[in-house]
Amino acid sequence: MSGKEAGCAVFIDRQLAGPYGDFERLYMHGPFQDGIPQQGDQSPLTPRQRYRIGLAALNDHCRNELGAPFADLSEEQRDRVLSQLEADEIKLDDIDTPLFFEAILQNTMEGFFADPIYGGNRDMASWRMLGFPGARYDYRDYIERHNEDLGLEPVSIAGRSDWNTQG
Amino acid sequence: MVVGLGWAGAIIANGLVDAGLSVVGVERGPWRDTAKDFNIASVTDELRYSQRQELMLRTAQNTITMRNNPSQTALPMRKWGSFHPGNGTGGAGNHWAGITFRFQPEEFHLRSHLEERYGADSIPDELSLQDWGTDWNEMEPHYDAFEKIAGTSGRAANLISGRQAGGNPFEGVRANDYPTPPLKQPYSPTLFADTAREMGYKPFPVPSSLVSQTYTNPLGVTMGPCTFCGFCTNYGCANYSKASAITTVLPALIRKDNFEARTHCEVLRVTTDSDGRRATGIVYVDSAGRQWEQPAEIVVVAAFTFENVRLMLMSGIGEAYDPATRRGTTGRNYAYQTANSVQLFFDDKNFNPFIGAGAVGMGIDEFNNDNFDHSGLGFFGGGSTRVTPIGAAPIQARPTPPGTPRWGSQWKRATVDNYASTMSIGCEASNYSSPNNYLSLDPTYRDRLGRPLLRITFDFTDNDLKMAQYVTGKVVEIAKRMNPRQMIPSPRTGPWDGRPYQSSHVVGGFIMGVDPSTSSVNKYLQVWDVPNLFVVGASAFPQNPGYNPTGTVGALAFKAADAITKHYLRNPGEMIST
Amino acid sequence: MKTLIGFTLLSLAGTALTAQAASTEYQDIEHGRYLSVLGDCAACHTANEEQPLAGGVSLETPFGTLVAPNITPDAETGLGNWTFEDFKGTMTEGIGKGGYHLYPAMPYPAYTLMRDEDLRDLWAYLRTVSPVNHDVEANQLPFPFNIRLAMMGWNWLNFDDRDFQPDPDRPDDINRGAYLVEGLDHCGTCHTPRNFMGGDGDGKFTGAIVDDWLAPNITPDPHKGIGGWSEDELVEYLKTGGNRFDFASGPMADEVRHSSQYWTDDDLHAVARYLLTGAGIDETASSADAPEPLAQSNAQVQAGSKIYFDRCAGCHKTDGSGENGMFPQLAENPLINNDNASSLIRVVLAGSRAVDTDAKPTAPAMPAFGWDLSDDQIANVVTFVRNSWGNAAPTVSAGDVAEMRKALQGE
Repeated sequence: MSGKEAGCAVFIDRQLAGPYGDFERLYMHGPFQDGIPQQGDQSPLTPRQRYRIGLAALNDHCRNELGAPFADLSEEQRDRVLSQLEADEIKLDDIDTPLFFEAILQNTMEGFFADPIYGGNRDMASWRMLGFPGARYDYRDYIERHNEDLGLEPVSIAGRSDWNTQG
Repeated sequence: MVVGLGWAGAIIANGLVDAGLSVVGVERGPWRDTAKDFNIASVTDELRYSQRQELMLRTAQNTITMRNNPSQTALPMRKWGSFHPGNGTGGAGNHWAGITFRFQPEEFHLRSHLEERYGADSIPDELSLQDWGTDWNEMEPHYDAFEKIAGTSGRAANLISGRQAGGNPFEGVRANDYPTPPLKQPYSPTLFADTAREMGYKPFPVPSSLVSQTYTNPLGVTMGPCTFCGFCTNYGCANYSKASAITTVLPALIRKDNFEARTHCEVLRVTTDSDGRRATGIVYVDSAGRQWEQPAEIVVVAAFTFENVRLMLMSGIGEAYDPATRRGTTGRNYAYQTANSVQLFFDDKNFNPFIGAGAVGMGIDEFNNDNFDHSGLGFFGGGSTRVTPIGAAPIQARPTPPGTPRWGSQWKRATVDNYASTMSIGCEASNYSSPNNYLSLDPTYRDRLGRPLLRITFDFTDNDLKMAQYVTGKVVEIAKRMNPRQMIPSPRTGPWDGRPYQSSHVVGGFIMGVDPSTSSVNKYLQVWDVPNLFVVGASAFPQNPGYNPTGTVGALAFKAADAITKHYLRNPGEMIST
Repeated sequence: MKTLIGFTLLSLAGTALTAQAASTEYQDIEHGRYLSVLGDCAACHTANEEQPLAGGVSLETPFGTLVAPNITPDAETGLGNWTFEDFKGTMTEGIGKGGYHLYPAMPYPAYTLMRDEDLRDLWAYLRTVSPVNHDVEANQLPFPFNIRLAMMGWNWLNFDDRDFQPDPDRPDDINRGAYLVEGLDHCGTCHTPRNFMGGDGDGKFTGAIVDDWLAPNITPDPHKGIGGWSEDELVEYLKTGGNRFDFASGPMADEVRHSSQYWTDDDLHAVARYLLTGAGIDETASSADAPEPLAQSNAQVQAGSKIYFDRCAGCHKTDGSGENGMFPQLAENPLINNDNASSLIRVVLAGSRAVDTDAKPTAPAMPAFGWDLSDDQIANVVTFVRNSWGNAAPTVSAGDVAEMRKALQGE
């Protein structure tokens, strides 16, 4: 299952619409200035602004260089663009390109692996893939069963289908 | 008047209330409640608690600025990375791991100890190690009191009544065993301990304030057993098994008539009389933005290290430390922790890494502190080596070997292959204070109330970087013998980086000692020259050994409460004359 | 325990003219104070902790709202102008000063059993509390229930004016227990089903609904009642607020907080012995009457077991054994076997906080699951719990849960 099939785009949309989208919790006072890498993200842009500016710039780049917006490129072309972004080989306009790529990668992974209540990780697909049992709270009966597959079904904060009366 | 209702503040407030004083506790965050805030059905949310840092202090409310040295301009930490300060009653004690070591007897007179063992001029100029002004015999009863409050699980090795196998042979002699027996162990710590034992080391269960069975503490407050849910560090505990002020002290304290808690109230400063020799109270702002002055006979500041030091700087208590002259005490000897690790990739193992807890695991102490001979090594200090699987929620816990792509089909295959078969050995090592590392007020950045942020100037010393290489090398020897497919050693390297999480064990800045020219508080946590002001917490540590600090923070809180109620109240004034 | 300071001064100031009949002896007043704790007067008469006994607690009855009056010695709004005889008439006949009839929300049908000397001591104590000027409109019932005269007829049908008669064949402690349980402690006010007029119905102590909580069966029935509890377990519950089966919550939390945690050990054991030896009930159910549990193959039980292991076992454990002092044991728990599952549904939906007492200050709480589980799912998990580990009780339907959800939203 791809990230998009798993609902990562829905996840990111919802995150950007919520308190994360404008960094509500974070210290966003200036002066904003570039520092050394170990001082971390010093951008004045909120995630919402980063996506708006970054996606527009990415499409501009793709149109100029490849003749179509990103979504209309072939899978190979898209992978190649992403690799170039990751390797800092493309400079997008008006946005710190590596920071933008890291935001997309991080948010996509969040969407893929977070609880499905946030819109991604559809049917707990990523948890099944890894064997992560999800929102469970009691392994007392399992902790001393070493080096064996415990066969635990994943469960979401919203539950799982076995919770409903069957038939 | 007690500022902060985390571990230290709650313990001291309770001690003073029981002595008959009327106590007001002021807390900048909300009142935390297990069932309401840590609902078992919603607390298992990695995005909310670990990624979005729900329980941590919002940097929008208060943060720090950081730089590695004075030649740089400090910039604000806009999102917590390196450490995770807490907020609300219980403080960071709600989302801590629960590891509850006692410092070793030598730590309390570290400078004297090293000079005695290795020579009077053996300590390099880049280290500003100091004695605490107290000793093991004075500390031990307070450690005991804290373990009994927290229900700490573990196994003693060195009891007054005699030695016993299975505990940490390097611990100081103790009056009592742990209040609850060791936790059950998952696979990875067991494998580590078996190997370490074969190599002649003495593995022991990591002392843990996640209780192993239902436990009622001396205040009558009951906790339930840990269930190894794996949502522990960074999360609040849903089943009352992780000790925190909210699960051990506050339920009893809040029922007492002479105690009052004021939450969502942020202290602006401690007020003093005209000659600065007496604290007169505090000024705080409530959630409606109204400013209040609360007079008090005794002021106890027991917030997190950062806020303790910032409040003292903003209140003009003591002389601000100046690294150029090495004069001044407020902000002096800020220290951290040197976190190292070795990651082990296996083919044929299933660690079920989602089973875990912040403080379940096995450790060895052969390479910690001064437990080994440092002659000729060119450094002092060491680390606590251990395997503590904290759980493996997958947004963060997705180990892949170096060189694996970070997305795409190859990434996915490697992630699946390694999720259950990878483990890590940590070495949480000492961080020895240096004249170059200190805390001060930032000249530029301000909090939402217009007050300067605290500025950290910090980098790892050569001493600590050498130590990191050495202890990580020792861990690698054990790791090799465990025969993994691949092994990735990560000794801490400089410069200090504020982005990746390393440890919330920030210490010093308002330290304990014998000499008012090099320390801020005496051994009773009483501020030199301001006898009715006490500043309690890890801010009092003159340096940081290779252990987690909370056990000692708790012990110091009991020590301060004991000193106030038994000595200060009878004869208010300097408990140690200068 | 904070009420004794400054009594003499207050009584002089507030009540000197009308209190001649009341004893001013310390031990009488202190005994009266203890009687007020036994009777839990504060539960209804103290709305504001700062103004003890000044009235104001609203009581929802099927007929409308009643508000408990001010019983401090304030002359204008309290009992300042009352005599002992006025007080006695209220307590034993339900007739207030001036001859009006009380509504039986005031448990005079139980208090009528009180001995004269106890009434005198209780009165002596009430004269000493701080007078508070607080006007309470006690009767907020709609027509026709607001006509107090109607209570004459109610009394004729539902009320026996009787004195307590100790049974010479029973030990003294059981007689003491009977005096307390039937009289001052007025257990039946909540635990005995009401009839259509609000009087005691059939099935003494077999449980009833109070404020959407089940006041459970406290007969010695081993399956649905407390027959499986030992005397010490019942005493522990009343004194500390909890035992291995249960923590007091809802209205019972108030009872423990204000009343039974302060009872003497002798009185606690007397009450426990009386209840566990049958409480004067002619015939109680035995274990032979226990129903069979639903089959584990039952679809609701199946689905409920999954929910239980995923969500509930983290505290109550996979075998339902709980943790004594923290998480109630669900296995073989009679409270769970009551026919009426209201309290169970309620605590799963909205959560519940245990009472905090001097002996057990923790007050652990069950979190709310109403936001997380659907009506169907709650019905499933409650049905599973009611039919596992020795429990057996009728199924709970999604409709039952929906009804409670609606009731709670109205609160």
